[in-house]
Amino acid sequence: MKILVCISKSPDTTSKISFIDNNSKFNEEGVQYIVNPYDEWYALVRALELKEENGGSVSIITVGNSQDEAIMRKALAIGADNAIRIDTDPKDAYSVAMQISEYAKKNNFDMILTGKETINYNGSQVGGMIAEDMDLPFISLASKLEANGNTLKIESEDIGGIQVLEVNTPVVISCAKGMAEQRIPNMRGIMAARTKPLNIVPPIDVESLTKFESYNLPEAKSACKMINPENIDELVELLHNEAKVI
Amino acid sequence: MAVLVYINSENGITKNAYEVVTYAKKLEEQVIVITTGPKDESSLSKLGEYGAKKILIDSSFSGKDSQQLTRIIGSAVESTNANTIVFSHDTVAKTIAPRLSVKLKAGLISGAIEIPNGDKIKVNVFSGKAFGNVKIYSEKRIISVLPNSIQPEKNQSNCIIEDFNGSAGDTRIKLIDTKKIEGDIPLPEAELVVSGGRGLKGPENWNIIEDLAKELGAATACSRPVSDIGWRPHNEHVGQTGIAIRPNLYIAAGISGAIQHLAGVNGSKTIVVINTDSEAPFFKAADYGIIGDAFEVLPRLTESIKKFKASN
Ligand SMILES: Cc1cc2nc3c(=O)[nH]c(=O)nc-3n(C[C@H](O)[C@H](O)[C@H](O)COP(=O)(O)OP(=O)(O)OC[C@H]3O[C@@H](n4cnc5c(N)ncnc54)[C@H](O)[C@@H]3O)c2cc1C
Repeated sequence: MKILVCISKSPDTTSKISFIDNNSKFNEEGVQYIVNPYDEWYALVRALELKEENGGSVSIITVGNSQDEAIMRKALAIGADNAIRIDTDPKDAYSVAMQISEYAKKNNFDMILTGKETINYNGSQVGGMIAEDMDLPFISLASKLEANGNTLKIESEDIGGIQVLEVNTPVVISCAKGMAEQRIPNMRGIMAARTKPLNIVPPIDVESLTKFESYNLPEAKSACKMINPENIDELVELLHNEAKVI
Repeated sequence: MAVLVYINSENGITKNAYEVVTYAKKLEEQVIVITTGPKDESSLSKLGEYGAKKILIDSSFSGKDSQQLTRIIGSAVESTNANTIVFSHDTVAKTIAPRLSVKLKAGLISGAIEIPNGDKIKVNVFSGKAFGNVKIYSEKRIISVLPNSIQPEKNQSNCIIEDFNGSAGDTRIKLIDTKKIEGDIPLPEAELVVSGGRGLKGPENWNIIEDLAKELGAATACSRPVSDIGWRPHNEHVGQTGIAIRPNLYIAAGISGAIQHLAGVNGSKTIVVINTDSEAPFFKAADYGIIGDAFEVLPRLTESIKKFKASN
């Protein structure tokens, strides 16, 4: 099984979020980038497990500049066989998806996995866009994935429940919690990652359809009103009359 | 120009449907709904109360293939000549909207939280730690609206229901089984949520969370370690790496309020925190705080709600 895992960088979850240039740009100062948790914990690890069970290869792909190679080495240290970097700054989900799809069309993967969303833009867009462009089935928010030859049995989130689906490869799948357990790279993995192939691929010319023009932060909360635990009726009264939520 | 709204009516018409019709009505006068599933005219026609003028229904479609649904919506876009397509940002929209974006070459905005003011649309980013204002540069646009962000508003319209054949085409995805989570209120749509953390000590103590949730008609949620250890199912995990929710009321008991947890819940309109530790960071993000033992405070709160309901 030949698997492609799409990897995005995202700011470390403890990062303080702020903006510069008139709130038009994310302030990267002091921000540590990590592999987007959904891509790493679920998509990549499940891909590696499938390879361990059935043989094959796991490639990771990212659209980005040379600074992103740090997170790519991390994914290689966890166990991916090789990495592809499409050498351009990501503009929007559409342009990123078109770059990846262009590469994937030429390389016959059985499965393309993404995380369910990134923790910075939360769009949940790239996987479905790749699938449409490649005319492939797309299953999103998968929490379980079993392979039997080229037939896959997948559990994925549905409104108010879970659905069990069957599909043949090739297919695009977005991965959510439940798929796999996080793996911490060991020393051997980290050493091996240094020499694994990282191919740099030139981008294609593709326009973007959307742009983040500006950002802002939520307004600071007013001070918390403390309630005496002996007087819970007061809380109910406030929730009803002041907050008007019950 | 028309706005086309996709509504998933498989489980009936929910509040999210009124939210997206309200949103669409603020964009354009001509609001047309496309849906699949059972042709339940009486509940569908309620959408007219919120401004829908026409409902197209393709009841021939069943199944779960996002590609088929995309084809149906695509043909509805063509036949209505809509320039904007609106979704509720739920699990179904997450599979169709990106496909449709490529099919129509229409820019997609996910997680819109406000009616647009001018050409920029406000969305949640950084898992709720910030907002972004996005502009679409393509001719057609797709907007996926975050549940619980828009207050449904009545706007009575004459609404007609028409059969529609969207030619779904073949499917490559076979539905084997569905498992409904019985009797529960789906967390992403819930207006009231009661949530527990590691401070509750073990799964056997969750009855105090559930009792309060039941009394309130609320959904239940939990912090990440709680679902990681298996005390609660994964779908209850809220936060930066779980789901982001925006209920009217979020009650957190025995949760410290780590930055990753706050990211998923700070869109809540009102936050109540119950914690034994007066220094717990969650109090900084709360509207109402109780320094106290969840094992005593939660049952008391349940009783108090009971009393309140009886007298109102
Ligand atoms: C990459 C990454 C992503 C993460 N994503 C998420 C996420 O999406 N969601 C999430 O929740 N976490 C996430 N976390 C974990 C997060 O950092 C915290 O560890 C976690 O939220 C803590 O859970 P908790 O508050 O339940 O437990 P604890 O931090 O152990 O807090 C328990 C709290 O309960 C209180 N308490 C104890 N006994 C009682 C009692 N009897 N009554 C009342 N209060 C009591 C304590 O004072 C304490 O404040 C993430 C971490 C990382 C590194």
